[in-house]
Amino acid sequence: MKLDNLETIFFAICTLLVLIGGVYTVAAKNPIRGAMGLLGAILGIAGMYLLLAAELLAAIQVVVYAGAVVVLFLFVIMLIGPSSTGTTDARGALGRYFGAACFALVSVGALYVVMRFGGQTLSKMPEPPAGMGTIEVVGREIFSEQVVAFQISGVLLLIAVVGAMAVARGKHGGEMLLPPITGTVDPTRKSVSADLAGHASVPEPQLTKSEVKS
Amino acid sequence: MNAVPLEYFLTVAGVLFTIGAIGFLLRRNLLVLLMSIELMLNAVNLTLVAFNRIHPQNHAGQIFAFFIIVVAAAEAAIGLAIVLSFFRVRKTVRSDDADLLRN
Repeated sequence: MKLDNLETIFFAICTLLVLIGGVYTVAAKNPIRGAMGLLGAILGIAGMYLLLAAELLAAIQVVVYAGAVVVLFLFVIMLIGPSSTGTTDARGALGRYFGAACFALVSVGALYVVMRFGGQTLSKMPEPPAGMGTIEVVGREIFSEQVVAFQISGVLLLIAVVGAMAVARGKHGGEMLLPPITGTVDPTRKSVSADLAGHASVPEPQLTKSEVKS
Repeated sequence: MNAVPLEYFLTVAGVLFTIGAIGFLLRRNLLVLLMSIELMLNAVNLTLVAFNRIHPQNHAGQIFAFFIIVVAAAEAAIGLAIVLSFFRVRKTVRSDDADLLRN
């Protein structure tokens, strides 16, 4: 009985973390604060995995999401700098709000229908079998029955790494292809491509001009 | 470990998915859009693990969630690389400015 109360309290804390973190992620003006909200939501979900007898997934959630994905977001936000905080622009706002309102209405309606016409009793969780969700049991299943999918996911990660490097590096070592949007950029600021490439960047435009002249 | 009923987890997952979807529709900052996608993927993972908990004969739901985490990590890496590349070209991260094919 005492343990049940503790579990309910833990679930309530995780729910608060998830919901506040989610709203903060979506509503924060500054993307760094949004990333912190995402971190809170992810940690709350990891706590829920613990309640659901999925210890391995809880550990993976903390390591992969909180340790890798959120840090990657923070790296990119800091690389982009102050212009990652978007300016307000009313263009197309009506359609956006209409779409979001439609989705919210449908969600609230679905929740209402399920609560009103669903079963009258809450479905109680059964007793989990011994060792459910531990690293040994799940690992055995991944490496025996799901081994093909596991290998393919490794290939997918390799392709993603190579693709991310190829996309982020750019074709000509990061040469600017288009003029920047006027008004949103600081004219004294040097191009980010030069910052990124460092001394490896070649002054290509001048070189091609002189070649054309000669 | 069975005090909290299944419906509570499903409700939290549904609300989190709704928050993520509304954020994806409302915001125009590409980084926030990617974070909203992560929120939605997490909500789906929570649903899968909760259903696996109430049908504990095998670990299909947990392994499915595991592979979704793998794909989400790859997606985040590729998406952020695209955002960085876009920022290098246009000097902005607003999704409204990705309009080269418009006219």
